Amino acid sequence: MPGLNDLYQEILLEHNSKPRNFRKVDDANRSADGYNPLCGDQIQLYLKVEDDTIVDVGFQGTGCAISRASASMLTQSVKGQSVERAQEIFDAFHSMLTEPEVEVDYDTLDDLECLSGVSEFPTRIKCAVLAWHTLLAALNGQSEGITTE
Amino acid sequence: MTSNAHSFDVARIREDFPVLHQMVNGKPLVYLDNAATTQKPQAVIDALVRYYSADNSNVHRGVHTLSQRATEDYDSGRSKARQFLNAASDEEIIFVKGTTDGINLVAHSYARQHLGEGDEIIISTMEHHSNIIPWQVLCQEKGAHLRVIPISDSGELLMDEYESLLSSRTKLVAITHVSNVLGTVNPIKQIVEMAHSQGVPVLVDGAQATPHMPVDVQKLGCDFYVFSGHKIYGPTGIGVLYGKAELLEAMPPYQLGSDMIKSVTFERTVYNDLPYKFEAGTPNIAGVIGMGAAIDYLTEIGMDRIDNYEHGLLEYGTECLSGIDGVKIVGNAPGKASVLSFVMDCAHPHDIGTILDTEGVAIRTGHHCAQPLMNRYGVPATARASLSFYNTRDEVDLLVKAIDRVIEVFS
Repeated sequence: MPGLNDLYQEILLEHNSKPRNFRKVDDANRSADGYNPLCGDQIQLYLKVEDDTIVDVGFQGTGCAISRASASMLTQSVKGQSVERAQEIFDAFHSMLTEPEVEVDYDTLDDLECLSGVSEFPTRIKCAVLAWHTLLAALNGQSEGITTE
Repeated sequence: MTSNAHSFDVARIREDFPVLHQMVNGKPLVYLDNAATTQKPQAVIDALVRYYSADNSNVHRGVHTLSQRATEDYDSGRSKARQFLNAASDEEIIFVKGTTDGINLVAHSYARQHLGEGDEIIISTMEHHSNIIPWQVLCQEKGAHLRVIPISDSGELLMDEYESLLSSRTKLVAITHVSNVLGTVNPIKQIVEMAHSQGVPVLVDGAQATPHMPVDVQKLGCDFYVFSGHKIYGPTGIGVLYGKAELLEAMPPYQLGSDMIKSVTFERTVYNDLPYKFEAGTPNIAGVIGMGAAIDYLTEIGMDRIDNYEHGLLEYGTECLSGIDGVKIVGNAPGKASVLSFVMDCAHPHDIGTILDTEGVAIRTGHHCAQPLMNRYGVPATARASLSFYNTRDEVDLLVKAIDRVIEVFS
């Protein structure tokens, strides 16, 4: 049985209580809504993309500690990155949570590694990936709501 | 015997439920998700095993011995359900898949026949999605309107508002007996009397009432009453729609096929009598037998004694949870069934649920299929502990201890 401390690591709790970039980006040129119908978590993600680079990113919404911390860390990790690099981070993150047999790409994930404990709680993986799927939807120009179901 | 007439021996009752005796995440299981589904007593499990190992056969068809046995058990399941609701006759008991199926049957075979443009159906703010969507979609189809009885902050229906919503345009009132989120017990008898004074029939969603209290449909006076077997300690996939015979007689069938017919030619079909008219196809025979065993089990204990014991437990739980800083109970109506919804300042319900699970405590978190009600209270979700007569004060203490753990993690 994985311990609660693996799930609710200090850095995660800190992001939950003080989420970074928790704001609407007024001059955003990409955005998407994400929704987890199972628990009601909702997120609005705003991106400002210039010359293939994510120059600004912010999010709003309601959700559990895991979805909120994950969204907060997402904004930190993709800000200033190219769209291609954001996709790489998404892939590494997704694989860390859903493909236990694949070795974790620590270089790409950096702080996001603190969410690795979520993989031991299958019912919570959707909470952690909600913001990330919303990011892909925004980058792909899918402005209508996406869901985790 | 499960218990004697004077004391409520919960330790003895717990012995009847094999699933309760297990460790979850290294802790003894504390099952407090009874509003989602209840655990099954050995008597129900045995009835299912006995049917499949000794009597399995189709009903109402064969002349052979097994078919006769299966038919007798199946039919007696109907009589048990009739007694459970105190309906006037067996023909008023229609077997359905569950509450949702029963409501859809009434939407299709009753409301669709009577609803016209500009007509209205009245529901309430505290309805489960399954008592909203069938009416909403039907209203959209017919150009009719859904009207919603508001509730107070404590979770009671505003009866004055209900009275003012009732009019000559109202064609049906569909209301829950007990709220699955708030635990509120609605004044069904009064709701029915007010509707009937305007000639409006009433459907009651009894999914959350039947597990907790004696129900007498003749006393309530309602026209339709629906409940699910799995919430009264029986199997999933079976439930009951009670309907007054004269209404059911006038309604067209819900589904068409075998068993619901008297005679068939390629030109014409004569439908069967009640209740079979509404039971097309081979029914859920094992489900009916299992639900019958559950009703026997509950009847032996006594629904009034269950009601009484659970009230004591609810009072204790309410007192304990109210005493924790940062915990707020959602739903404080004076008359409640044993449901405790709560939110916490420090943690989202989903996180509460995960932490409680690591302590072996099973609760439900989320919107409980009642999103409009969540909106009413301005919360995205709640945590819900729903208590059964097999739960104990010790288990409530373990819930409190697990909630303390949530505070510890998030402080």
